[in-house]
Amino acid sequence: MQHYSGFGLLKHSFSHHENWQRVWRNPTPKKKYDVIIVGGGGHGLATAYYLAKEFGVTNVAVIEKGFLGGGNTARNTTIVRSNYLWDEAAHLYEHAMKLWEGLSQDLNYNVMFSQRGCLNLGHTLQDMRDIQRRVNANRLNGIDGEVLDTQQVKEIVPVLDCSDRARYPVLGASWQPRAGVARHDAVAWGFARGADAHGVDLIQQTEVEDLIIEDGTVVGVRTARYGEIRADRVGCVVAGNSSVLAKMAGFELPLESHPLQALVSEPIKPILDTVVMSNQVHGYASQSDKGDLVIGAGIDSYNGYGQRGSYSTIEHTIQAIVEMFPVFSRVRMNRQWGGIVDTCPDACPIISETPVKNLFFNCGWGTGGFKATPGSGHVFAASLAKGEMHPLAKPFSMFRFHNGALVDEHGAAGVAH
Amino acid sequence: MFHIYCPYCCEYREEEEFHVAGQAHIARPLDPDACTDKEWGEFMYFRANPRGIHHELWVHGAGCRKYFNVTRDTQTYEIKEVYKVGEKPSVVADQAK
Repeated sequence: MQHYSGFGLLKHSFSHHENWQRVWRNPTPKKKYDVIIVGGGGHGLATAYYLAKEFGVTNVAVIEKGFLGGGNTARNTTIVRSNYLWDEAAHLYEHAMKLWEGLSQDLNYNVMFSQRGCLNLGHTLQDMRDIQRRVNANRLNGIDGEVLDTQQVKEIVPVLDCSDRARYPVLGASWQPRAGVARHDAVAWGFARGADAHGVDLIQQTEVEDLIIEDGTVVGVRTARYGEIRADRVGCVVAGNSSVLAKMAGFELPLESHPLQALVSEPIKPILDTVVMSNQVHGYASQSDKGDLVIGAGIDSYNGYGQRGSYSTIEHTIQAIVEMFPVFSRVRMNRQWGGIVDTCPDACPIISETPVKNLFFNCGWGTGGFKATPGSGHVFAASLAKGEMHPLAKPFSMFRFHNGALVDEHGAAGVAH
Repeated sequence: MFHIYCPYCCEYREEEEFHVAGQAHIARPLDPDACTDKEWGEFMYFRANPRGIHHELWVHGAGCRKYFNVTRDTQTYEIKEVYKVGEKPSVVADQAK
């Protein structure tokens, strides 16, 4: 693998940047692998990367039906934070946060992780009580957090309408300084490049049509393009399509796939240097380095696999944004899109063994999977390497919906993705 | 944006008047105390999530406030059929897939 550096950039500038090595190979799959990962999004590629790098399992294939990082990895609003309420979720997302903090160095690929902080606004007394509780819980778990009052919020985001004339006045916020944003595509590309360099085969344009199961044990996958590919263990990381794959394996998951929409504005001069979210008015925004406002909507309440949602959902989100930022009222929106998110009843993921032996699922991240990408990949890789779940993943077994040990994160997950 | 035919109001109305209330035709266990944890968990949390034909319960929240069933394709979003609670759907998914 070609090492990226400032010197390399200078060197290649002399040949007009025409001689850069290809970032990853485009191999034909082998007949058999130790581990097959179905799904080449951020989480799947991170899993492959950590499997090869940290756990020494390099005979790995990632099978992707489209192109790498072309699903929800390309469609999210790139926010990274770890201020979750419950211990189980907080530990998992904080594990991811710690990996984010060294990720660009680790991958030798600039994922543009920018810790610009994240505000979760409170508009009612109950919001503020919940914020205090969550910040206290975060601090006990070693996660940074502060409770801010209206004046302190105003100082951080001068363009936010903090007046008491607002329909839902800002009473305060929780503030996580280490939260931020990252460049979503670079995360997928960085992990793909790293995995490829360690010998992982990235198989694109190949849809898994069936899982091959013999005597209750998964032994491989069947693809249209390359026929059967065998493996000792199979990990499915396919987000919105998890239920479809689970059905192939003969069991059900407590997931429902919903459209989740987002939109970006035309690029404008720097005005918002942090992430602002509000569960109450149901909108959130940040500004990308390019200058466009990145705005996330809520999910459409109906099930859908169509990667598009209803206009009314977008309209509600824009109403919330204009309510919070009257100054944005004349900004024009450039693009709007949808992804399919697999939501769990308790707003927490499923990282789990399944009724089929050697088949593992990493799914159910719902509206907030991007922030967990490295952590999710790391714990899932550990689980796939050892054949038993990583301690951080154990509370997220799919069997929690039978024994009732849910991790109810609706409060901290909220609208925030 | 869906235009949904309410079988009680006998009119097409815009989606915003309605709320989806999840999968249709889920029967509450007759004797909940006799359920195993698995059965109860499945009744509570496990829902069909097909890519294709799906039967779901909608409520005309800003209209007659009555519940009814909708058969919809979750891939194309096309509404195949609307029918009242207690009725059986005439459009169903192929059992093969």
